[in-house]
Amino acid sequence: MAEYLVLIYEDEAGWAEAGPDTWERVITEHRAFGERNGAVLRGGHGLHPTETATFVRTDNAGGFTVTDGPFAETKEALTGFYVIEAADLDAAVAIAKQVPAPFGGVEVRPVRVFDR
Amino acid sequence: MMSSASVAAAVAEAHRREWAFVLAATVRLTGDIDLAEECVQDAYAQALGSWTASGVPDRPGAWLTTVARRGALNLLKRAATERRTLPRLVEDRTDPGPEEIARVGPDEIPDDRLRLIFTCCHPTLSQPAQVALTLRLLCGLTTSEVARAFLVADATMAARITRAKKKINAAGIPYRVPPVAELPERIDAVLEVVYLLYTTGHTAPAGADLVRRDLVERALDLARMLHTLLPATELATTGAADVAGLLALILLTDARATTRVGPDGRAVLLAEADRTQWDRTAIAEGVSLVREALRRRPPGRFALMAAIAAVHDEAPSWADTDWTEIVGLYDLLVTIWPSPVVALNRAVAIGYAHGPAAGLTALDALATEPQLAGYSYLAASRAELLHRLGRLTEARLAYQEALLLTENTVELDFLTTRLGQLPD
Repeated sequence: MAEYLVLIYEDEAGWAEAGPDTWERVITEHRAFGERNGAVLRGGHGLHPTETATFVRTDNAGGFTVTDGPFAETKEALTGFYVIEAADLDAAVAIAKQVPAPFGGVEVRPVRVFDR
Repeated sequence: MMSSASVAAAVAEAHRREWAFVLAATVRLTGDIDLAEECVQDAYAQALGSWTASGVPDRPGAWLTTVARRGALNLLKRAATERRTLPRLVEDRTDPGPEEIARVGPDEIPDDRLRLIFTCCHPTLSQPAQVALTLRLLCGLTTSEVARAFLVADATMAARITRAKKKINAAGIPYRVPPVAELPERIDAVLEVVYLLYTTGHTAPAGADLVRRDLVERALDLARMLHTLLPATELATTGAADVAGLLALILLTDARATTRVGPDGRAVLLAEADRTQWDRTAIAEGVSLVREALRRRPPGRFALMAAIAAVHDEAPSWADTDWTEIVGLYDLLVTIWPSPVVALNRAVAIGYAHGPAAGLTALDALATEPQLAGYSYLAASRAELLHRLGRLTEARLAYQEALLLTENTVELDFLTTRLGQLPD
């Protein structure tokens, strides 16, 4: 078994304009997804939009620069994620297809395992 | 002792015929493609010496597999004692372990070529990567041969293959024949790759060779392999018809390969081809496969394309071709595969079935198709129809447009000749 990170990328404008009905519907869908796949779910969260993000990186002088952003050029941004366990990529994709992502899609990334 | 020339020929033959079988069986044991490739290369190298000394074995494939798997098992044991972990492909959980796989006698080696091709053509790999892996792993081409086939630099192709193999391991692309529910889609992906190999070989995009024989032959080998192996599995009903259709299409178009280019290297129109030179054995086989493929309702894309090729192959001459039948087949094809290129071919067929004016009407309806902009065959077909209608000034312009759009030297020569044949 391997772990996969399922990253939900969506158009943030879709969420900004979504009314309470949409929110409620999608949250219900996420709950249903969680119940259906409880056995393989290792974690997951929805995220606040990118305008709340803070970027921390080292500068060239041994210190840090802390800025807002990053604001990607692309229309779609990370809005949430799940960590799932699956036998192989086919199984992971089958689970990823069930993840609600009304304003975009999901990216499936294998979690890297380092030898101890 | 055998002569080194005849042994080298036997090894080359075994490379062409058995490479995929030997590699697929070895991958099952190693669980790693790179390691398996290494062991298989090594087995072929050993064959040269061993077959010279003791003769070519009755079943070279079984011999090579046994040697490759023995080598692999030794490497795995060494890795285990050195406590190195090797990457492992995801397999069926029912698969036996390496020791057990290696113990299997030469008569019981399972044919794993389908697993190998389904892994190479996995939809989570890009199509160029699928094509490259298929040529490398199923056909045994070197990276540099694959690079030449697709006119890219060796380093580019090497990077593409390395990336694809890395994804198979890291992302966990499984080494297995997909479950029945997923098969139709997965078979389509495999057939697309084989078809792409064939068309790339059949019409080289640039350069002096109109036909790159090696790619055509590899595509034919792969289509034959799929046609032999797929019906044996439970998926026969869904996939076998399309496979028969593709194999038929390759056989029926390749049967005319020798007459596509004249002795002077110029392209020869189907209308002017010497039909006595066509490969009648291939045509007979193709026609019987088309019948098999057309039994599926609705018929698949490749089956219809093959049926069209069959009508041409069986026509005694260009003039005696059943164009009405061909238009009918294109009508069906365009409904299941609505591509502008198919519509263009349909328009050309209408030009023969119902006259150049009707053909031109159908063709001009496609003039605004963005996918056909820059496609030399549209301008060339238009030129032919205008030529037949006696609209010579427009025909000349259309030939000139077609000339600007092709880079294939054989096509360039052909179009120049046709332009020269226009009366002043």
